[in-house]
Amino acid sequence: MMIATGAAGAVGVASLVWPFVSSMAPDAVTIAAGAPVDVDLGPIAEGAIVKVFWRGKLIFVRNRTKKEIEDAETVNLASLPDPQPDSARVKQGKANWLIVYGNCTHLGCVPLGHEGPYEGWFCPCHGSIYDTSGRVRGGPAPANLPVPPYTFVSDAKIRIGEETKTPAAKTEAT
Amino acid sequence: MPSRETWSFAGVFGTFDTAQLQRGFKVYREVCSACHQMRIPFRTLTQNGGPQFSNAQVTALAAEYKIQDGPNDSGDMFERPGRAADYIPWTFANENQAAAANGGKAPPQLTIMAKARGYERGFPWFIVDVIPFLQYQEHGVDYIHSLLNGYETAPSDFKVPQGGYYNKYFPGHVIAMPKPLSDGQVDYPKGADGKPVVPETVDQYSRDIAAFLMWSAEPALDQRKRMGFMVMIFLGVFAYLMYYVKKKVWAPLGGEAEGLPGTAPLGPTG
Amino acid sequence: MSQHATTYVPKSAFAKWFESRLPIAGLVHSSFVAFPVPRNLTYFWTFGAILIFMLGEQIVSGVWLAMHYIPQATMAFDSVESIMRDVNYGWLLRYLHANGASMFFIAVYIHIFRGLYYGSYKAPREILWLLGVIIFLLMMATAFMGYVLPWGQMSFWGATVITNLFSAIPLVGDTVVSLLWGGYSVGNPTLNRFFALHYLLPFMIAGVVVLHVWALHVVGQNNPTGVPIKSAQDSMPFTPYATIKDVFATIVFVMFFAWWVFFVPNYLGHADNYVPANPAVTPAHIVPEWYFLPFYAILRAIPDKLGGVVAMVGAIVMLALVPWLDTSRIRSSNYRPMYRQFFWVFCIVCVLLGWLGAKPPEGGYVIASRVCTAWYFIHFLVILPVIGLFETPKPLPSSIIETVLGRKGGSGIPIGATAEPSTKG
Repeated sequence: MMIATGAAGAVGVASLVWPFVSSMAPDAVTIAAGAPVDVDLGPIAEGAIVKVFWRGKLIFVRNRTKKEIEDAETVNLASLPDPQPDSARVKQGKANWLIVYGNCTHLGCVPLGHEGPYEGWFCPCHGSIYDTSGRVRGGPAPANLPVPPYTFVSDAKIRIGEETKTPAAKTEAT
Repeated sequence: MPSRETWSFAGVFGTFDTAQLQRGFKVYREVCSACHQMRIPFRTLTQNGGPQFSNAQVTALAAEYKIQDGPNDSGDMFERPGRAADYIPWTFANENQAAAANGGKAPPQLTIMAKARGYERGFPWFIVDVIPFLQYQEHGVDYIHSLLNGYETAPSDFKVPQGGYYNKYFPGHVIAMPKPLSDGQVDYPKGADGKPVVPETVDQYSRDIAAFLMWSAEPALDQRKRMGFMVMIFLGVFAYLMYYVKKKVWAPLGGEAEGLPGTAPLGPTG
Repeated sequence: MSQHATTYVPKSAFAKWFESRLPIAGLVHSSFVAFPVPRNLTYFWTFGAILIFMLGEQIVSGVWLAMHYIPQATMAFDSVESIMRDVNYGWLLRYLHANGASMFFIAVYIHIFRGLYYGSYKAPREILWLLGVIIFLLMMATAFMGYVLPWGQMSFWGATVITNLFSAIPLVGDTVVSLLWGGYSVGNPTLNRFFALHYLLPFMIAGVVVLHVWALHVVGQNNPTGVPIKSAQDSMPFTPYATIKDVFATIVFVMFFAWWVFFVPNYLGHADNYVPANPAVTPAHIVPEWYFLPFYAILRAIPDKLGGVVAMVGAIVMLALVPWLDTSRIRSSNYRPMYRQFFWVFCIVCVLLGWLGAKPPEGGYVIASRVCTAWYFIHFLVILPVIGLFETPKPLPSSIIETVLGRKGGSGIPIGATAEPSTKG
């Protein structure tokens, strides 16, 4: 009897707490505003990095040069803190387009493009270094810049927030 | 590092120089306002401790601007002459228009620029800067003054990218704003002899605009320093009285039986 | 605050009637009038009163600011500017509140280091000390959320960096962060809930302060000798002696406070926070407010995300563990010649950490912060337990009154302290 009453009380408290905790999660408006966005790749020149926003998060769209792609592909994977081949971070046949989240995986600052020893990104806050594939190469950041879900709608247009083909993006841990 | 200048509003007893603020506003209006926004209402230009234009002057000034208002009864937006309560309008309709007209980045708002910029003076100066009567709070104004005088030819080994200008004081040295001021560009009030009271030079213009931006960033500065002085006097007297009251109260204990901070008793030997 | 041994005698018939129904006057009398205080307290013991004053000042100025502030991402920055320009004395309210936070931390750090130096955490004051650590944590949370409210660049990026710390928690980290944000990044919902919590937490601090003062009145105050009150001669009643001294010290502290508010109000702030929040641009150096810098330096000293967060939290946990880490038999460092040296080294290390926290994370600064971080933990985990075991303390005075007379040759007349701490509570 005591146990039953205690259990009932616990259930009551738990069900009362749930709406309060749940109300702190993203609300319907925020989720609705997180619908996929289209980005036109046409105007992005070779070598340029363009910043777009999806779900209030910054995303880098980088049109990589030949040299940058080469640098990203010819890396001893074993030497990386978060080993991932470049091919797993871009869509097949579209190696020049690198699309990654624009917030450092350490504490969320915006890394500066074309900076640092690998000329990928350099985070001015705590000194994390990324290469031209957005992979972490030094500093306190624990992981590579994650690749958001996206898909090529046409050759010159991507849709961020929608993943249809084989998932190239392993990490969507943001 | 920006050079440290003398300002009328620096120090414990500092106040704004009304004539300087009026000249500074003229520089803003004739030069800066072509691109930069200043989000202050016309009415504040009459404030004590500000440029102190007369009400008539400000009303006339506001009326020179067209302000969009509405919607009217038929649902349309319309333009009317400005009133003293209106904010000084911006040349551009919005940030994006300003960005499009200025090479991709909107010129920053100037309202609180004097507080939103600064520079590091490093150790030990950052400690000196807070000591009474040595204090230094004018980093932002000095930076603005230096910046406006910092346009130079780039050193031969420095590559200035297209659309940028070399500036000695701008962080990174490449600024998107072309040199905004040149000697004689703005007409200043003339004295009895027909000559300007202060020189019409870039140095003087930048001094005046910097002072004006300090006022727009901190319009209550005069009031704050005056009040602070009175508060200090009051607290000083109050503390003095309280000290003797405390002494008197403690007298039955045989006077002070405790040490001041840092002179904690060290035991029987100390 | 005990229920017995009050010497309060109601004088009027009404007071008698009231006291028999709610004995609050007796409670106040025994806690703040007759309460016996050691006679040898220095001005370091006035910071408790100063802190209560600062809490009141922050709550009042904060409530008045809240009457004008708008917790909405597109309007917050402008509403703060409007307070500075359009509201009568709004600039005063805001500068009082912003600088008041810093003054609050200056006072609390002096209070904490005084406790560390004089061994105020040792038995029987462990709970008193733990309550203090809880207040310190609540203060840090409140100050952090308050700094977010003006929604400038430092507000926004400070919020991003600090909330991201929680993503280091294994498994549930990302869920926790999303619950903190109420979205997929720091945004309007975040600002809103931070405002609500910033308003709530000071009242929780006030609640814990009541417990802190209660615990203090049960065990009695420590003093510079660390020797407990033994006879009536050692103590004096709280009122008028300690009261008047606290009032005097508070006025002096307010003068110090006023200097910042009226003459260097933006010195402790950061220029970047006068730039509206922009999620696309990080300021060149993200620097927290000065009072977080030592912890920030510890966070950055560890080249691993989870490790850094653990170290930073650990730095505060150390404080909570101090009562059990210190093996010394006596309290006051005045009588601990060896530990006293290490105490001052520790103070210097803390100041250095603060300085390093403001420096960019590169080169020698990183190495220096690692050395200082290591020393911070060595101090608590090695020096504090080990020194107490073999250090020979200097001889303690046999009583408080002995040190008072020894120094001043005063009269030593017992002045009516009626109760010893052992009879309180």
